Amino acid sequence: MSIMDGIRRQGLRDETPVFGVGDTLKVHVRVREGQKTRTQIFQGTVIARSGSGIEESFTVRKVSSGIPIERIFPVHGPNVQRIEVLKRGRVRRAKLNYLKERIGKKARIAEKRPHKKDTEKAKS
Amino acid sequence: MKGLIGKKLGMTRVFDEDGRSIPVTVLQCGPCPITQIKTQETDGYTALQLGFGDDRKEKRTPKPLRGHLAKSGSGPLRMLREFRTKDVDGYALGQKLTVELFEDVQKVTVTGVSKGRGFAGVIRRHNFQRGRETHGSHNHRVPGSIGACATPSRVFRGKKMPGRMGGDRVTVKNLEVVRVDKENNLLLVKGAVPGTRNGYILVKSAGR
Repeated sequence: MSIMDGIRRQGLRDETPVFGVGDTLKVHVRVREGQKTRTQIFQGTVIARSGSGIEESFTVRKVSSGIPIERIFPVHGPNVQRIEVLKRGRVRRAKLNYLKERIGKKARIAEKRPHKKDTEKAKS
Repeated sequence: MKGLIGKKLGMTRVFDEDGRSIPVTVLQCGPCPITQIKTQETDGYTALQLGFGDDRKEKRTPKPLRGHLAKSGSGPLRMLREFRTKDVDGYALGQKLTVELFEDVQKVTVTGVSKGRGFAGVIRRHNFQRGRETHGSHNHRVPGSIGACATPSRVFRGKKMPGRMGGDRVTVKNLEVVRVDKENNLLLVKGAVPGTRNGYILVKSAGR
């Protein structure tokens, strides 16, 4: 399967920030409108990550003026220009589907104080 | 008509310039040596016989086949297939055809042997609907009535019933060519292709 691995590796981005479920992200998305392209920012919490390699994707949830929005991004998609990690969340499960039935204060996630090694990675 | 013999390696995805994800099947095609040229004079039709798979042992190849392959100067091969062509001018015995054939081709047709599914029921095999699971139902995955009673007092031929499924020769037409990799003899085709991984397939340029 080494040839397959080679093809799967071709589209991978060089660097992805370390982030996990429960983190708050700012995703910079390239949007095409006719001929123009611009960057749109989608900010929210990561509620799921799935897949591996070039197939990997993550789901970001935010509540925008009362309307909940979930977007699934491919981690290695070229339209995802930059991923900024704003906050690390302390969570106890891999998929935060319970957030979907909660609103307001109940939908909060406790912040995790980052490990030393994580902060070093974020700096470099 | 351009054709090659190949092998299905597996599926993955690639992104296009707009960032859309395209599901692709990776096919290893060629290099296929021309093992025989059929001409109008000698055979009554024109075609090229191509070979594929040089991982076969000399000892494991029947002697008559060895002799046939020796004529084109190629070693033992796993598979020989004929591809009909309009004319055979410009082709020589032993000449190797590679994926470069498909470089200016937009769409291809792929033939393979579908995965064997064993003895399959009517839901899986013929897309019948299932009965309800609860509320006293005993009708779960059964085929139901297979015909009327005294007239015609037989079951019609071709009635969809349970049985062996898969392992058939399946052709998928007009698959988009996404990428051609000459270095590794790879052809990336949009969508799924019949057969298992490492299964042999025939690739032809689509249309006439």
